[in-house]
Amino acid sequence: MKTLDVSVVTPDGPVLEDSFEMISCKAENGELGVLPGHIPMVAPLTISSVRLKLENDTKTLAVNGGFLEVRPEKVTILAQSAEDPNEIDVQRAKEAKTRAERRLESKQDDIDFQRAELALKRAVNRLDVAR
Amino acid sequence: MKSLSSLRDIKKRIDSTSKTKQITKAMEMVSASKMNRAEENAKSFVPYSEKIQEVVASIANSNMDAAHPMLEKRDVKKTGYFVITSDRGLAGAYNSGVLKKIYETIQKRHQSTDEYTIIVVGRVGYEFFQKRGMPVSKSILGMADQPNFNDIKELASETVQMFIDEEIDELTIYFNHYVSAISQVVTSKQLLPLTNMDENANAGTSQYEYEPNQEQILKVLLPQYAESLIYGALLDGKASEHAARMTAMRNATDNANELIDDLTLSYNRARQAAITQEINEIIGGVAALE
Repeated sequence: MKTLDVSVVTPDGPVLEDSFEMISCKAENGELGVLPGHIPMVAPLTISSVRLKLENDTKTLAVNGGFLEVRPEKVTILAQSAEDPNEIDVQRAKEAKTRAERRLESKQDDIDFQRAELALKRAVNRLDVAR
Repeated sequence: MKSLSSLRDIKKRIDSTSKTKQITKAMEMVSASKMNRAEENAKSFVPYSEKIQEVVASIANSNMDAAHPMLEKRDVKKTGYFVITSDRGLAGAYNSGVLKKIYETIQKRHQSTDEYTIIVVGRVGYEFFQKRGMPVSKSILGMADQPNFNDIKELASETVQMFIDEEIDELTIYFNHYVSAISQVVTSKQLLPLTNMDENANAGTSQYEYEPNQEQILKVLLPQYAESLIYGALLDGKASEHAARMTAMRNATDNANELIDDLTLSYNRARQAAITQEINEIIGGVAALE
């Protein structure tokens, strides 16, 4: 099976560098699967999980604020944060979730609302991936 | 009797100077290790910044109808200054250099405080501007010694948002650029609007498909890019801070050594003088008895 090189980079340093058969992730306008030999492409990712497949193994990362750069032999994911399920602090994510929910309930101005919404998304995404 | 008390004074000064020396020596070593880590942090940020720059440049150059407010120059009604300083002193000219430069620039360019606003990292800078009645719109105090992206993210995105909301029309960042452990240079760089994209164009420009389209991508990408530039400057500034503090502390230790040498010399002289005087007194006493 053909593979393609994947590197995941964040401002705090590279997170992962390995070969995989397939990448599936969620772009702004829907699910996206990338196989080796894909045409060059750039797409922003939503706050979601990226799944990397190799044989029967699937590796999952929780990505926030990222985008995907595809070349035929290489895929680079640039994200503001990218976490492995083992790295995720479940307790903290849960706290962040309740905090964001509470803030969403108490009506506030737009910016705070948007921010709380994003925080909630991040927390839910982390919890999903950690599970 | 007088010589004895001066002897004691000198002894006291030697003791206190060597205590100070121990402290500065320890601070030098702490700063050296912090500097190494900060340097590593700055290095691990490089792949991200290079890649994002490459993609942004290739989009910005591939097609000019992909316009975005962050790429366009507009009339400057208000300028934003982003200043990176430290929270603590004892770092030599680290803070004074950057603050002096920005103070002079502002004095030269602006007549009234309505024409600019300041975003500042670090207590030293914050207090400097407060004292002079200059407008500080945002600040972070108590930044970690080894900051990660999360520590600055909020401030960075709020700053970029100020530009998008046309609260400010340009943004310049002032920080100490880390050249080496012994050399840091005060640097100013225009961050927004992003006008210098062309220079970086040849960095492996490749043609991409854009999903969904270029404008959408620029909308996501450019703020991230600007935030990453701010983060990069912060890492650079932190490495400089530790390096500057290390150098300052090394100088302080050297000075303490010199002072101790001088004091030891005068201590020995005074001691010798006291002994000589005592002998003279004894001889004088014996001579008087004969």
